[in-house]
Amino acid sequence: MIAFIKRYEGLWLFVHSPAAIVAAIVATLIILGAVFAPWLALVNPYDLASFSLFDGLLPPVWEEGANPRYLLGTDDQGRDMISSILYGARLSLVIGLSALTIAAVLGVGLGLAAGYYGGRFDAIVMRIADVQLALPAILTALLIDGIARGILPAAVQQDLRVAVLTLAIALSLWVNFARTARASTFVQMNKEYVQAAIMMGQRPSRIMFVHILPNILGPLLVIMTVDLASAILLEATLSFLGIGLPADSPSLGTLIRIGMQFLLSGEWWILWIPTLLLVALVVSINILGDFLRDVFNPRLR
Amino acid sequence: MVYFILKRLVQSVFVMLAVAFLAFSLFRFVGDPITQMTGVETSVADQERLRDELGLNDPFILQFGRFTGDMLQGDFGFSYRTRQPVAEMIADRIPATLELGIVALLISLFVGIPAGVYTALRPRGIATQTILMTTLVGVSIPTFVIGIMLIFIFGVQLGWLPTFGRGGTVQIGGWESSLFTVEGWRALLLPAITLGVYQLTLTMRLVRAEMMEVMRTDYIRFAMARGVPMQKLHYKHALANTMVPVITIIGLQFGGVIAFSIVTESVFQWPGMGLLFLESIRFVDIPVMGVYLVVIAFFFVLVNLIVDLLYVAIDPRLRVRDVQ
Repeated sequence: MIAFIKRYEGLWLFVHSPAAIVAAIVATLIILGAVFAPWLALVNPYDLASFSLFDGLLPPVWEEGANPRYLLGTDDQGRDMISSILYGARLSLVIGLSALTIAAVLGVGLGLAAGYYGGRFDAIVMRIADVQLALPAILTALLIDGIARGILPAAVQQDLRVAVLTLAIALSLWVNFARTARASTFVQMNKEYVQAAIMMGQRPSRIMFVHILPNILGPLLVIMTVDLASAILLEATLSFLGIGLPADSPSLGTLIRIGMQFLLSGEWWILWIPTLLLVALVVSINILGDFLRDVFNPRLR
Repeated sequence: MVYFILKRLVQSVFVMLAVAFLAFSLFRFVGDPITQMTGVETSVADQERLRDELGLNDPFILQFGRFTGDMLQGDFGFSYRTRQPVAEMIADRIPATLELGIVALLISLFVGIPAGVYTALRPRGIATQTILMTTLVGVSIPTFVIGIMLIFIFGVQLGWLPTFGRGGTVQIGGWESSLFTVEGWRALLLPAITLGVYQLTLTMRLVRAEMMEVMRTDYIRFAMARGVPMQKLHYKHALANTMVPVITIIGLQFGGVIAFSIVTESVFQWPGMGLLFLESIRFVDIPVMGVYLVVIAFFFVLVNLIVDLLYVAIDPRLRVRDVQ
């Protein structure tokens, strides 16, 4: 067993980093909870018939006046808090992961092509990236969201909310992927295997995706973890600002916004339970990202 | 020197033109201005006449020229939502955002730089480890959660500070300031800390990295060997040489401060430009969105221009190169 772990350096480092282990456990638990939310949750927060106003504002079990049926209490609508955060995390993760996938495909594609072809194409892509880098991601996402509100007809606005939000986040995160992919591609371009492939007359798309891409996956993987945290945070922030998802399909950010209304009254759990889950999720993903960066960049060790 | 400044000025003008173009495209292509201005009863013929009168059928370049010309004269058009001139709406909100942003930046500098120097000079101390751990957690917590936490602790539990609005403000020549009343400062404190925390961690980490870099250089080691007093060595020789990157980062942070002030203003209901921008997105108030962009870009360009001038003031080498 130990010989097996030692053979894989990353794994060896992992078992010796308590922070990374705790982070991995926390992240896995939250992700599993989100995936299996429909089976784990007591009620379906999207289905008005599954909960009742009479159960509203119940505290968690360890406080007085609680109903043992609702372990972490209920909100003002009578929704079970555990069910709400499971479904909320599910929505946050779905949006975060889809946005990340779009951003990665777009960014890596453009970055690879920019690094491979160089010249004018490279200059144009990098200029756009520079301009966007000067604007903080949240401003870009807000703008794209605002434009979508103006362009889309009112009838489909509500149905496309999740798609618009995902796209807005994706378009504000592609720059990191493009820059990293381009820089790594530049390094690979001078290596003999790439030169050989070019000399053999292979198609550019084959060289880019079959030869170069597998060799630059390491740094891209690091960007992916860090940007997954950013995507989840962006979604939470936009929903918190009331620009993201409406109250009837609450993500973690929307739940926190709803909880803010109870900040001044005594019902602390409606605000702090989703907040705690969001922070735990983002912090653990960030710690894993830091860990991966150390693994892939031995100089920093 | 003059050439350097002129070059930067020309670049700034191009940046502003590009942003104005973006704002104009927003205004022109996102939604139809005519349907925004007229009601349902207006006949198609009347709509077309209005379109013609307003020059919306003219060539694109001509329209953009007119738009830019109007902007230069301070005519920013009217809001779709409130029907007020956008220039007035934005001007009313500028003082609140600028005061919040500047105080946040000052907090980040006055705490961040000393903390960075301290943690660089004593890398193994317990205090250093504590500070570094705290900032790591601080970076991972979203801005709005920090705001909510501060409201909860200082506003709700302890009841020391107000949790929304600007408190008492004083009019000084049309500038509505909250810096001259105790109430105003009390209201400013929590939002400014919320906005400053993230910048603070960035400043601290940068100063720390630069400081550790400089302390390893030959001239510092030589000065040490010569017996220059440690105080003088740290604060005169070493710190002065970390200032150029620090000033660069302040220029870059300004964009972050403005963007995150949208979030902070929303948490604390701070009546600044960010809150106005959020409302205008919610109501698809395109003229306000466009002008907000232009105003933000203007401040951004201005700050970066000042940063460039500060380089020359701080780093004598830049002046010498110019003479040669």
